[in-house]
Amino acid sequence: MYYVTPRQLVFPGDLVATSDSKVEGAVYLDGNKYRSSTVGLVEFRDDTVVVVPLEGIYRPKRGDTVVGYVTDVLATGWEVDIKSFTSAYLPISEALQRQVDLETTPLTAFLNIGDVIVAKVKEVDMTDEFPAILTLREERVGKVERGIVVEITPVKVPRVIGKKASMLNTLLEVGCDIVVGQNGRIWVKCKDARDEVFLASLIKKIEAESHVMKLTDRVKAEIENYKRARL
Amino acid sequence: MKKPPVPLLQNGVRADGRSPDQMREIEISVGVVTNADGSAVVSYGNTTAVAAVYGPREMHPRHLSLPDRGVMRVRYHMAPFSTKDERKSPTPSRREIEISKVLREALEPAVMLEQYPRSRIDVFVEILQADGSTRVASLTAASLALADAGVYMRDVVIGVSVGIVNGTVVLDLTGLEDQYGEGDLPVGYMPNLQKFTLLQLDGAWSREKFLEALSLAVNGVNYVYQKARDALRNRYMSIAEEIYGR
Repeated sequence: MYYVTPRQLVFPGDLVATSDSKVEGAVYLDGNKYRSSTVGLVEFRDDTVVVVPLEGIYRPKRGDTVVGYVTDVLATGWEVDIKSFTSAYLPISEALQRQVDLETTPLTAFLNIGDVIVAKVKEVDMTDEFPAILTLREERVGKVERGIVVEITPVKVPRVIGKKASMLNTLLEVGCDIVVGQNGRIWVKCKDARDEVFLASLIKKIEAESHVMKLTDRVKAEIENYKRARL
Repeated sequence: MKKPPVPLLQNGVRADGRSPDQMREIEISVGVVTNADGSAVVSYGNTTAVAAVYGPREMHPRHLSLPDRGVMRVRYHMAPFSTKDERKSPTPSRREIEISKVLREALEPAVMLEQYPRSRIDVFVEILQADGSTRVASLTAASLALADAGVYMRDVVIGVSVGIVNGTVVLDLTGLEDQYGEGDLPVGYMPNLQKFTLLQLDGAWSREKFLEALSLAVNGVNYVYQKARDALRNRYMSIAEEIYGR
């Protein structure tokens, strides 16, 4: 049984459902009832109810794509800042495809402090010293050599992607590579550096004006204008 | 005991015109300190507390972090201009250090610190104007600021104070009633879970008075909680629309 309706705003402690219902997201079990654990919005997806947080820091989830900065080189891997409440860890085994002799090759030969990486979250274990373990052994991940990173609030990431990736597809019309990290960092790489600046300002605009109706259409129009001016 | 400058309770009417079971005017707004991750201003009459939350973020120095949960640090402080008579020294006093600890312990049951291992959450509370019940106004402000920061919580903690004036149990003490009353009882309460997180007591209370005061406090909490929900809704209705459209 549910105590909420679709699109309802819930606050910490609000009843969401009884314990026999399928509930996901920012909830906790209090006896035999699910309560919301944050300020969030209720969404009904298929047979589950999801409480989506409206504010807060990025919480790593398995399978998420994230954009991170290498902050330290450790004995058997790298410490990576993923804009969460603790750093993530990228072990050597998840970063390199082949065996390396650590006695002759320093780890800094592959990744050094300050490097930017696009990675996938491989595992999340809250009891571990680094709750999130990253991996580069996936498609479309690795060290970022060129391009820029735009930072937004993690809760606004869904708006940048849009319904069925509509906004993201619109942005891709500029003809650049865009990777949206779930942690609120967006990597943009274009052939022309001016396109990158344009996209960065556009993403910032989406973040600031995300309440505007038909934003996708407006963004589309701006991209058309920009393309025409570029010719 | 000294006599109050004005009669505190006459024919069931208090010095500021309230009835014994009436709260002062409550004003709450959320998200006022843009630098902070979460913030709130709470006024109970003339008492005004502003709270700002930073974090959860990495703990520095690292050896102070805990492996199984986050660390919450609370600072309660009164602005030098917050008091009526003499300027309050800005140095944290014994009292302020104690209240900081008391507030932390009143918030800890609500905040899911185990969700943020090895990190810390900083809560700063500044009293802009003091007229009694500052610690409970701070508690409300701090818990709303935590909610605004998106920190996972079991429930919001709302604080109200109850006291005895001329032998009558009254709700939401002013500075005058606190100073000249016969007892005061600050309460922190989670309205959804119906659990107390703060209970302090000063003065001589009979069992009956105490129980009467507790139920009066819960009524007060529920009143303030509705105002707090309105404040949160005001802020988040537009944000919800921002992110997910209408």
